Amino acid sequence: MTAPTTEQRYIVEPSEPRALRIERLSVWYGQHQAIRDVTFTIPARRITAIIGPSGCGKSTLIRALNRMHELTPEARVEGAVWWENVNLYAPSTDPVWVRRHIGMIFQKPNPFPKSIFENVAFGLRINGYRGDIATRVEEALHKAALWDEVKDKLQQNALTLSGGQQQRLCIARAIALEPQILLMDEPCSALDPVATMRIEDLMRDLARTYTIVIVTHNMQQASRVSHYTAFMLAGEDRTGELVEYAPTRELFLRPRDRRTEDYITGRIG
Amino acid sequence: MTSNELYSGDREFRPRLTLRRQLGALFGILSTIAIVVGLTTLAVLITDVVRDGWHVISWDFLTSYPSRRPEQAGILSALVGTTYILVLVAVIAFPLGVAAALYLEEFAPKNRLTALIEINISNLAAVPSIVYGLLGLGVFVRTFMLGRSLIAGALTLSLLVLPIIIVASREALRAIPPSIREAGLALGASPWQTVRHFVLPAAFPGILTGTILALARAIGETAPLITIGALTYVAFLPGSIFDPFTVLPIQIFNWVSRPQPAFHERAAGGIIVLLVVLLCFNAAAIFLRARLQRKIRF
Amino acid sequence: MPEWALTGYNPRAGSNSLLAGGLVVAARCDVSSESSVAPPLTAENRRQQLEQILTASRRQDRIRQGRETTILAILFLAALVSIATTIGIIYTLSIETFHFFQRVSIIEFLTDTQWTPLFADKHFGIWPLLVGTLIVSTIAMLVSLPLGLLAAIGLSEYAPPRLARIVKPVLEILAGVPTVVYGYFALLFVTPLLQRFIPQLEVFNALSAGLVMGFMILPLVASLSEDAMRAVPMSLREGAYALGATRLEVVWRVVVPSSLSGIVAAFILAVSRAVGETMIVAIAMGQVPRLTFNPLVAMQAMTSYIVQVSLGDTPHGTLEYQTIFAVGATLFVITMTLNLLSYRFLKRFREVYE
Repeated sequence: MTAPTTEQRYIVEPSEPRALRIERLSVWYGQHQAIRDVTFTIPARRITAIIGPSGCGKSTLIRALNRMHELTPEARVEGAVWWENVNLYAPSTDPVWVRRHIGMIFQKPNPFPKSIFENVAFGLRINGYRGDIATRVEEALHKAALWDEVKDKLQQNALTLSGGQQQRLCIARAIALEPQILLMDEPCSALDPVATMRIEDLMRDLARTYTIVIVTHNMQQASRVSHYTAFMLAGEDRTGELVEYAPTRELFLRPRDRRTEDYITGRIG
Repeated sequence: MTSNELYSGDREFRPRLTLRRQLGALFGILSTIAIVVGLTTLAVLITDVVRDGWHVISWDFLTSYPSRRPEQAGILSALVGTTYILVLVAVIAFPLGVAAALYLEEFAPKNRLTALIEINISNLAAVPSIVYGLLGLGVFVRTFMLGRSLIAGALTLSLLVLPIIIVASREALRAIPPSIREAGLALGASPWQTVRHFVLPAAFPGILTGTILALARAIGETAPLITIGALTYVAFLPGSIFDPFTVLPIQIFNWVSRPQPAFHERAAGGIIVLLVVLLCFNAAAIFLRARLQRKIRF
Repeated sequence: MPEWALTGYNPRAGSNSLLAGGLVVAARCDVSSESSVAPPLTAENRRQQLEQILTASRRQDRIRQGRETTILAILFLAALVSIATTIGIIYTLSIETFHFFQRVSIIEFLTDTQWTPLFADKHFGIWPLLVGTLIVSTIAMLVSLPLGLLAAIGLSEYAPPRLARIVKPVLEILAGVPTVVYGYFALLFVTPLLQRFIPQLEVFNALSAGLVMGFMILPLVASLSEDAMRAVPMSLREGAYALGATRLEVVWRVVVPSSLSGIVAAFILAVSRAVGETMIVAIAMGQVPRLTFNPLVAMQAMTSYIVQVSLGDTPHGTLEYQTIFAVGATLFVITMTLNLLSYRFLKRFREVYE
């Protein structure tokens, strides 16, 4: 597939208030350009899904939203990501501050080898929370729909939980900090269908308070949970581009780009 | 963005970003200092030794026997002794070590005996070298009645470096992908034939490198040889493997232990020779591995 | 351990597949050679040929199997050498120590505060030697543990990978220098240097020896700690970064606690190494067994006592001869205990990450 030209992209501007505005974002790892000129707006307190075949750059994109890609050496970024009139990539912006306000859930649940309580309290401690940590931990576990299952064993090692529980623990850990935006990089791909369903329910609940961006390779999941969907595709140069961005129903029922339609109907990817 | 009180939620936190960043930078500096201190010590050590002993190095130094007079003292007997010991250790320890590694890596069943052998080898790698000397003294010098001879020293050192050769060889064997063994078997070769003709040649560079490094370790060992009775003042060359001997590190030790500064300089000279020999060994190991790995690709 | 080695080798299957077409490999494989000859193909010939090959190869295979069994037996014996070595060590130490304790009471050994087996007035208390070893090892640990851990953190978490790849092997050189060279350095460089700042420092002392030993052990601590820290998966670090942690916090609050068992195992192993070290203390620390906690004076460690006696002429069977085995046995017990302890911690660490 050849790389799309600018006039071929169909990007919708959401009517809801803005959470993130991504402008001409490009990411390089060393010599290889992973994504090129991505531009779109993520609405606040909605779930936005990023879909596309593997290698299209969706993970790179979501990690660039909270500057996590910088952990890879030789990562370089051009463009801007605006959050509340702050360019996350301005030279004066501290990435530590960015990540504290934009949380991330990873594909494979990664609780620390500490107790359940300490996992959730971790972010609170390092960011100098002044209130009562125990109360905040309990609130976070409630919001992550995990409290009832762990309330009697808060001191137990987090690794004794099941995969689905661990992922919900990671969500609790992230929302304990009350981030404005929650990024989720394929949060259910390592989980069984029952656990997946619970996380999807949780996501819908959380979307009432937080802005959620989710990367998923599962189209059905995207169509189930998200309000807006972005479709990405990489050309022969293996550089990912944003092909189409629209409200989920429109993207899936009336895709405007030929490639989007091909992907949705399974002809590619 | 320097202001981090953007939201009401933020007033509940005291992020102290600047302080945390500064602590991180401080720690980075400390780590660097630790590494630099280590490297500096090495540099100072080598410089000091070279400075002390450089003028001592001469053809006479390399070809004279030790003497009561420091100006005439040389390292001939020590060099010769080291060479003999090295050859003997290579002849004894290399086949034993590779054989043991082959057994453990390719043929050993997973039972208690194998586990016991493996635990033993790990333990032996951590036994102080002087204990090996006591072993050599009790078993080789006394029980086998070999006396304080080259062969007793070689056997003792062989036992000392055996775990190194075994571990290095096992690593080399483990690095060979299973597909090579499967290919050999699929072609009808027996397990031994597969190992002998397919696996061993491919693992050979790694095994050789490990052996050379083990021998380099053996060259520098002093304590076990002193314990089995290697002499510190040897003004002759050993005629057979049953003769007494000395080695370079022991000669250095002997000279350092004397009060006269002139002997200390001789010791420094000996150290330079020793370090050069070690450098050659390590260089040979690296060179051989690079060379052989290019020939045998998989 | 691949399963195929556990299955028996089937000679019939082997020969048939060779017939089918592995001629080149057969030549390399040192297998039966009759398969390279192609006889004329009539039905009767064919049947005879197969019969001949199957029975001949069965015989050949039996010979080969016999030879290979012998080879495997030799390999097995080679592996047993390690067990023989351990038995040898335990036996040699035990028997001479046993003889020793027939002449010296174990109470005296463990309680007397003087060690003078080579003098006329003989005392056999192990404490002076034990304390000497303890002092010098402690000083070595005070140098190598913090510096080694810092270096490990620097190399694995802070340094760019290319720099780390160069620095690490250079640091390893510190571990490869023969200890006799370190002894020289301690006696003839470090001690005079320290004497300028500490005038009461004796020519032979535990401080110089301990400092130099610390640097010798530093790469060991650094290398093992780094291995432990590297086993902590990147996903844990990412989880911490995603919560707004700085690099220092990720290291101290996630990586180090997660790899603690491995780091402790490394530390214990370093102590064991220090306790067993001989030449540095033999050259720079002194030959005077003296029960003191002052590192500025000469004292003797267990290992240097053994060297001292070995340098002299001690006939077999004498009490002096037996003392070195008694001291050696004590040393062995201490280092073995430390090694086992280290192994315990390492096992606990591996259980989590492998």
